[in-house]
Amino acid sequence: MLKNDIVDTIRDKALWMRRRAFTMVHDAQLGHPGGDFSAIDIIATLYFGVMRYDAKKPDMPERDRFIMSKGHATGALYTALCAAGYYPEDWLKTYMQPQSKLNGHPNRNYLPGVETNTGPLGHGLPVALGIAIAGQMTKSDYRTFVLTGDGELQEGSNWEAAMTAGNRKLGKFTLIVDRNRLQQGMGTEETNGLDPLDDKFRAFGWDVEVVDGHDVGALFNALSEPPGGRSKPLCIIANTIKGKGVSFMENKASWHHGVPNAEQYNTAMEELV
Amino acid sequence: MAAPAAKQEGFYDCRDAWARTIEELAENDPRIVAVVNDSVGSSKLGGFQKKFPDRLINVGIAEQNMVGVGAGLANGGRIPFVSAAACFLTGRALEQVKADIAYAGFNVKLVGQSSGVAYGELGPTHHSIEDFAWLRPLSNITMVVPADSWETAEAVKWAAAHEGPVYIRLSRMPVPDLAVENRKFEPGKAELVRSGSDVTIIACGTMVHLAVQAAAELEAEGISARILNMATITPLDEAAISAAASETGAIVTVEEANIHGGLGGAVAEHTSANLPVPVERMGFPGFVPTGSVEWLFDHFGLTATGIARSARKAIGRKRG
Ligand SMILES: Cc1ncc(C[n+]2csc(CCOP(=O)(O)OP(=O)(O)O)c2C)c(N)n1
Repeated sequence: MLKNDIVDTIRDKALWMRRRAFTMVHDAQLGHPGGDFSAIDIIATLYFGVMRYDAKKPDMPERDRFIMSKGHATGALYTALCAAGYYPEDWLKTYMQPQSKLNGHPNRNYLPGVETNTGPLGHGLPVALGIAIAGQMTKSDYRTFVLTGDGELQEGSNWEAAMTAGNRKLGKFTLIVDRNRLQQGMGTEETNGLDPLDDKFRAFGWDVEVVDGHDVGALFNALSEPPGGRSKPLCIIANTIKGKGVSFMENKASWHHGVPNAEQYNTAMEELV
Repeated sequence: MAAPAAKQEGFYDCRDAWARTIEELAENDPRIVAVVNDSVGSSKLGGFQKKFPDRLINVGIAEQNMVGVGAGLANGGRIPFVSAAACFLTGRALEQVKADIAYAGFNVKLVGQSSGVAYGELGPTHHSIEDFAWLRPLSNITMVVPADSWETAEAVKWAAAHEGPVYIRLSRMPVPDLAVENRKFEPGKAELVRSGSDVTIIACGTMVHLAVQAAAELEAEGISARILNMATITPLDEAAISAAASETGAIVTVEEANIHGGLGGAVAEHTSANLPVPVERMGFPGFVPTGSVEWLFDHFGLTATGIARSARKAIGRKRG
């Protein structure tokens, strides 16, 4: 596929994911739509442009791994895995229902394609690190991708993992930070500021790239492995907008776990085209 | 996060009583401070923050740091109320709770919000049903599980005045105020909610009002059920348990927690060593499936009917 075709495909999938995720949140009256929307272009780029996997063989040892560390954004993850073919679209209708496989936070024992259970923040990076170390030990060529929130990086466990990844020079390890600058209650910088985030990762021994997290062409370039590979782990700081795509949701902390009424839902659907 | 339960007349979210009380206490005692983890909203501390912006420390999403900071603030002469979702406060920061609060013995008040399965559909990562088992061995932490708004306010006032570590475990599920006359909050003492002679139902937190309904069901069948509100898990009112065992001969425990190592475990430890009687432990056996709080309660029999069923079972196990 030519790059332009790939980018078009990613855009189509991302639009479908936004609409489908918001419908799930609307129907369940539960979820985290703001963080779904900031992450969707990143996740779509991974699944529909960058990653190597076979949804029919979710345990294939050589698969690339994606760890959704910001596990609350299930609208984004569940729609991606569905669009990637891991399970039928019908399953999405059970989101949050009694005994559903689509819990409010992902569970690998319920769903194919989920690599580990997340929900408590600051768990994904260490688990992904272990996966990357296993790949290095077995001389496998799979890549390991992990997506964290930015508020999530206030958890110390991330920095413990970041130190180890830098020291071990894990060239097949990529962290994407969904840098939407909002956390649950308010902005990251007014809560416990992270800037300068790029310098922090560089100091820990990582390569750093800063991209527009809604420019799928830029994401595709940053996420694609350069010829000859890398000799350090890569941190992509993806500057994003919480609630991206729906005018009244953008950059509003209240949409962290806000859910739409019927009118808001309809307006959003008109905008998401 | 989870959808608020349908508003029911006469039912109150105990977090409101917590927020009101801590604000009142803080007016009169400048040593009182709050420490949170991006949990101002879920702790209902927006009012506190407005009144005392300099006395609310939001460390961000960093629970281990949060609990350690609590210990340090106590060392510096403050009275910190460290408030966060119970699952992360006790689970993520368990070693800080053990070493920095319990072992070091700092005067820190840990306030676990939205405990039990209050987060419903958000699943086991967000449920706090292991906290009793985790904190019970840390026996110098007084562990209080208020059953209603009145008891929440009293527990918070008591904790502020008490010198020593406390864990107050709150829900977000609305509960009615218990109809008990002349109430007085006494830590370490079970509250007799209803007298009875055939079986004793020992409950805490959100389960107490359901036990009251169960007793009414049982009464219609001629079964007399005693109800104890065991609001303090540590220290445990062993005398009240002994009396229940010897006077009613059968016990049911009900908690919005894992049945291993919690209130039921504590009661069974005491009775098995002293006055062995049948003990039916109600709660959750382990990680629960996806479902709303109401669905989970129903699925695991944590309803008036379910409690009445366990009471009959416990009575049936008495030795003739
Ligand atoms: C250990 C832990 N503490 C607290 C929470 C509650 N929580 C869920 S999402 C969230 C905010 C996350 O902010 P961020 O990482 O920036 O994610 P995003 O804005 O992308 O949704 C918080 C505090 C949690 N899930 N885990």
